[in-house]
Amino acid sequence: MSDGTLYDHVWDEHLVETLPTGQDQLFVGLHLIHEVTSPQAFGMLRERELEVAFPEQTHATVDHIVPTGDRSRPFQDGAAETMLEELEENVRKAGIRFSGPETGNQGIVHVIGPEQGLTQPGMTIVCGDSHTATHGAFGALAFGIGTSQIRDVLATQSVAMEKQAVRRIEVTGELGEGVTAKDVVLSIIRELGTDGGVGYVYEYGGDVVESMSMHERMTLCNMSIEGGARAGYVNPDKTTYEYLEGREAVTTGDAFEERKAYWDSISSDPDATYDDVVEIDGSAIKPSVTWGITPGQVVGITETIPAPEDLPADKRETAEQAYDHMGVAPGQTMEGYEIDVAFLGSCTNGRLSDLRQAAEVLEGREVHPDVRAMVVPGSQRVKAAAEAAGLDQIFRESGFEWREAGCSMCLGMNEDQLEGDEVSASSSNRNFIGRQGSKDGRTVLMSPQMVTAAAVTGEVTDIRSFEEVKPV
Amino acid sequence: MSGTENGQAADEPPAARVPAVSGTGIPIRGNDIDTDQIIPSRFMKVVTFEGLGQYAFYDQRIEEDPHPLEDDRFRTASIMAVNANFGTGSSREHAPQALMRWGIEGLIGESFAEIFRGNCLALGLPTVTTDSETVTEIQDWIEANPDEDIEIDVEDATVSYGDTTIDVEIDDSQQRALTEGTWDTTAVMKANFERVRDRAQSLPYIEDAEIPEQR
Ligand code: SF4
Repeated sequence: MSDGTLYDHVWDEHLVETLPTGQDQLFVGLHLIHEVTSPQAFGMLRERELEVAFPEQTHATVDHIVPTGDRSRPFQDGAAETMLEELEENVRKAGIRFSGPETGNQGIVHVIGPEQGLTQPGMTIVCGDSHTATHGAFGALAFGIGTSQIRDVLATQSVAMEKQAVRRIEVTGELGEGVTAKDVVLSIIRELGTDGGVGYVYEYGGDVVESMSMHERMTLCNMSIEGGARAGYVNPDKTTYEYLEGREAVTTGDAFEERKAYWDSISSDPDATYDDVVEIDGSAIKPSVTWGITPGQVVGITETIPAPEDLPADKRETAEQAYDHMGVAPGQTMEGYEIDVAFLGSCTNGRLSDLRQAAEVLEGREVHPDVRAMVVPGSQRVKAAAEAAGLDQIFRESGFEWREAGCSMCLGMNEDQLEGDEVSASSSNRNFIGRQGSKDGRTVLMSPQMVTAAAVTGEVTDIRSFEEVKPV
Repeated sequence: MSGTENGQAADEPPAARVPAVSGTGIPIRGNDIDTDQIIPSRFMKVVTFEGLGQYAFYDQRIEEDPHPLEDDRFRTASIMAVNANFGTGSSREHAPQALMRWGIEGLIGESFAEIFRGNCLALGLPTVTTDSETVTEIQDWIEANPDEDIEIDVEDATVSYGDTTIDVEIDDSQQRALTEGTWDTTAVMKANFERVRDRAQSLPYIEDAEIPEQR
């Protein structure tokens, strides 16, 4: 049993009651909602004649189905229009704040929470979306929930949960050239497996994590769920506080100083007990890509795709499926694998710093003629800030489409989808079969810089050798 | 409740207490079957869960022939036997909703992804686990005996098929919630509303003005 970790502290601070089932009822500090998983929950509330208990602690946005091209209303896609209208109606009636498309604050739910300062350390944060783990970057206890639980939260501002074990993942050393937070998390999933985190919450620490920016920590925590962990977090520190100070939902002045003391108090104690500790040598991590159909099928860019006999017995069958679907074979590297689409965006890598780093790689170069390349900023604010910095110019001039904010091709619920068996180099988080809108589509996950390099060369490319090549 | 004909929706909510479920079985083989396979996201552009049953494993059904869901022998099945890490991926309750509305009332597997498992519980669907060999035996047995019932006894934590009864694992809170009929947590938690308000009051980041009166 863990003791004295941030997870334990935040859990205790939010514990309402232990239920007869043995589960704990936890108070929810921030409830984020979007259009795909909430309408059924509002429907259930109506059926039971219940009202939203704490509308002030709920915040809505629209991200999954929203078009990223033409946004004029009604949307051309009738189903998308219906979903947005339903959300608008639900939030209006309940008095829930809504970062809708007209506000300039709309975006992917896991991008807007942090950027508005809604996400703060020591909170419990839930959302009907598995990548809620992202908010753990701030030292919040944040996890995805299903729609019946959304109903619970709307009606009672609580969730029923069982406490989990805490695994500390200590990333030591120093990252090498071309290695990003995305490569770190892909390597962790590769190491521990896509189900390695089941039953655990991940606490990330160590030199590499401590020196990461908030954006990088968000990328890291975001993909905890791909490793099977429902939540992942980083203890709050100076970096966290600097990011938060001045954001509109954060208190100011003396109250902010007081709040910092509180945040320090809920951080993991120096002598905290963990259920498990894993050390990852950050210096050994290479720029990484996926080669298969689960986010655990990862190789360093210069490494070869493993053969079935190199894998644990329970991973062989999925590997066979992956060779078949991706058209790859053991012994090959992913370097040189041809792509059709380059997708820059998502709650993993759709923030300003991601776009900036990608633009730096891109400047003065051109997208390969056979590649359809798009940038989908994580939020309207990210988009505006990128435009203010002139990044959109760099992307457009190189041949990237510059689109409106949303989830887009991360899951292909709007018009941005793969066709047939197209290959996408994607900065998103899931390479499941069918994830990007086509059941035969193929996804190679990588960092935004690597997506950009692939867009230029038309194939999966080692960022380290690419950067040396002078742009034309 | 019994399995439904022709994959038609079983839209009525399950009974409050779920001490056991039984019916004919359906094997879905493979590890790491993710929620995008269980229900592709393009079918989630809906504002209710009604009718989702027809989209369960939609892309696999056209692909492999015959996918178990398309196989006549399993049309009326209500117990699904799966392998490891079933339901990995997104938090979409659409996934268990689609299975339930196709006719599934309980799952036996090697392991389940956590959110998926919680979502199943929220719908009153038991998810019990056993080792890989046993799951394969059960899957084989179902193939050989598609018309025979298989029972998940939640109360006793056993699965029975043919002449065999085996012990399975089920976590305590799931077992209690299902057998006592407390898996629908809204009412239970609503009853503690005073304590919820107290909790809110004790947290530095919640303004008193944001705390509602008892409704
Ligand atoms: S960007 Fe992708 S992973 Fe993130 S919330 Fe949207 S669909 Fe989910």
